[in-house]
Amino acid sequence: MKILNDIGGIIGISLMYSAPLIYTSLGGVLTENSGVVNIGLEGMMTIGAFAGATVAYFTGNPWIGFIAAGIAGALLALLHAIACVTFTADQVVSGIAINFIGPGMALFLTKIFFDGAAMTIPIDLNDKMPRPLDGLFTQGSFIDSIFNQYATVYIAFILVFLVWFMLYKTRIGLRIRSVGEHPKAAETLGVNVYKVKYLAVILSGVLAGLGGAAMSIAVVSNFRNTLISGQGFIALAAVIFGKWKPQGAMWGCLLFGAAQGISIYLGRSGVISSQLLAMLPYIITIIVLILFVGESRGPAANGVPYERNK
Amino acid sequence: MNKGNKIVITFISILFGLIVGALALLIAGFNPLEAYQIMFQGIFGSPKYISWTIVRSTPLILTGISVAFAFKTGLFNIGAEGQYIIGSLVATLVGYFFELPIVIHAIVAMLAGCLAAAIWGGIAGLLKARFGINEVITTIMLNWTALYFSNYVVFWEPFKRPNRDASQQILDTASIEILENWKVSDAGREFLSNNQFLKDFLNPPVNFGFIIAILVAILVWYILKHTTLGYQLKAVGFNRDAAEYGGIDIKKNMVVAMMIAGAIAGLAGATQVLGVSKETAILTAAEGYGFDGMAVALIASSNPIACIPAGLLFGGLKYAGSKLQPSIGAPLEVINITIGVIVFFIAMPKLIHILQSAISKRKRGVKVENTK
Repeated sequence: MKILNDIGGIIGISLMYSAPLIYTSLGGVLTENSGVVNIGLEGMMTIGAFAGATVAYFTGNPWIGFIAAGIAGALLALLHAIACVTFTADQVVSGIAINFIGPGMALFLTKIFFDGAAMTIPIDLNDKMPRPLDGLFTQGSFIDSIFNQYATVYIAFILVFLVWFMLYKTRIGLRIRSVGEHPKAAETLGVNVYKVKYLAVILSGVLAGLGGAAMSIAVVSNFRNTLISGQGFIALAAVIFGKWKPQGAMWGCLLFGAAQGISIYLGRSGVISSQLLAMLPYIITIIVLILFVGESRGPAANGVPYERNK
Repeated sequence: MNKGNKIVITFISILFGLIVGALALLIAGFNPLEAYQIMFQGIFGSPKYISWTIVRSTPLILTGISVAFAFKTGLFNIGAEGQYIIGSLVATLVGYFFELPIVIHAIVAMLAGCLAAAIWGGIAGLLKARFGINEVITTIMLNWTALYFSNYVVFWEPFKRPNRDASQQILDTASIEILENWKVSDAGREFLSNNQFLKDFLNPPVNFGFIIAILVAILVWYILKHTTLGYQLKAVGFNRDAAEYGGIDIKKNMVVAMMIAGAIAGLAGATQVLGVSKETAILTAAEGYGFDGMAVALIASSNPIACIPAGLLFGGLKYAGSKLQPSIGAPLEVINITIGVIVFFIAMPKLIHILQSAISKRKRGVKVENTK
């Protein structure tokens, strides 16, 4: 039973750590399918983590914080959309700019709101994201470790389905994909390329912001400088890993989360150096890429600015 | 787009960056004029500050050149961060464990750092060339791998300095600090006490790194502009299929390009260790030299020579920004916002063109009215 519980523990940690990545990578899937590369996910995630933790702290309500995080991410994404869609900016360059502006603003505002402190004040444990299934199973059991998760974890998986449904089963999804594949053809058929791209980019900001909050008001209970460090990029890697499909990106995030879960579990046993274990998720990702993925091709017009009259 | 236009766009973007930075300060309740005055004073107020600015800018110039070089060859080197870490780690190892004569020791340590970082960068190039894996993913993963690997090595018993979260310090023979021993010797102190300017200027760890960075900038510019290798690398970056049709081995070129980019970022780490920190610290998060290098490369529009002023600008802003907090309590992150806005506007030359033509139209309009 000990082994079973341990495995349950690993799966539980994996799910918890995957969730923030899943939100953000879904955002990446949307924007890249519309043909806008979004390196700025990292910055949008950071501003979301900040907004979520701060609003949840001041209102005492995690859900308001969660929504605020989505709005904050959307605002930053709007900047990216204006640059990339309206002014045909170099999308990578704009994304890098977002990655300076987002974390810069987050820490700047943290210091303004919290009297110069480099982290927000932790929210009360009762004000954290609720665990909807808490107390339903025997505490510490296999089932409990896996399914007794924060609400954000469940929402992440529901969103995978919703984004998949939207992209492949609805009109707007078809438009997003056609705009990313061949904008001119889409335009000829009466699709407003600019509008669709704006929508996709802003939605990606919402999702990345939610991903940040899934970190700052569920996995931990405050925002700090090093909280996001690199997760937006890992989510981006998951997008490419998942061949630009929502379910594929989800598997990429789960893989990374599982590697993290295993390394945290092994770290508790204390046999292997924690530094070596910390390398594990990254190395496993590279190895999996070598073994299973290989040449990856995104949407045909991904990263190419679109101008109506050219 | 011609060169003159690019420079204009860069300067307009810098102006916008400073304006937005000022607005952020204003909204947060600080006096932006006071803040900018403190920053200006903080860079030019004393010879000491000027040399600190140079010292702080040096690694940014080098990581900037690394990213710029990769850009020119059509690759996106997010991995400068990891290559920097590997470069500093190996330079520290060689600087501490090897016993070599002065000058030679420093050169060996630097070259070892470069070589290790070149291999580190080359891994990403090889994975792209051999398996077609996007270098953006691999370099991100390698950044974190490098960080934890470096920590692992620093925790190694013979290398770790007891009771400190850092490695042992490099031997004096490996140092590239200028006049390091002379500065604190009796003769040096005596001389410097009579020469206030030089005393101030040499107060920070002034080192050969800046000169090395300038040489590297010229070398990289020369390679890209005047050598066959540079031509091939650029051709692959410009149009991969055409380059392959022209008989260029694009796979080999990818690996070579990433190795060179890695070596330059590694050199940034090595000069920082040998000239300034003298040790490798245990890191909890990336220090950001690689990411800052991306901004430097973009402000320099991927021109290696232009990375020097761009690096000085960024390094100067960061150094001066650190003085805002103690003096008026304004968060130094305003610098990141400023830099971000600069890069943001550089990303959209179209907007600036629109603004330019709007302004020139209005000017013409005024002239017409006057002649009436």
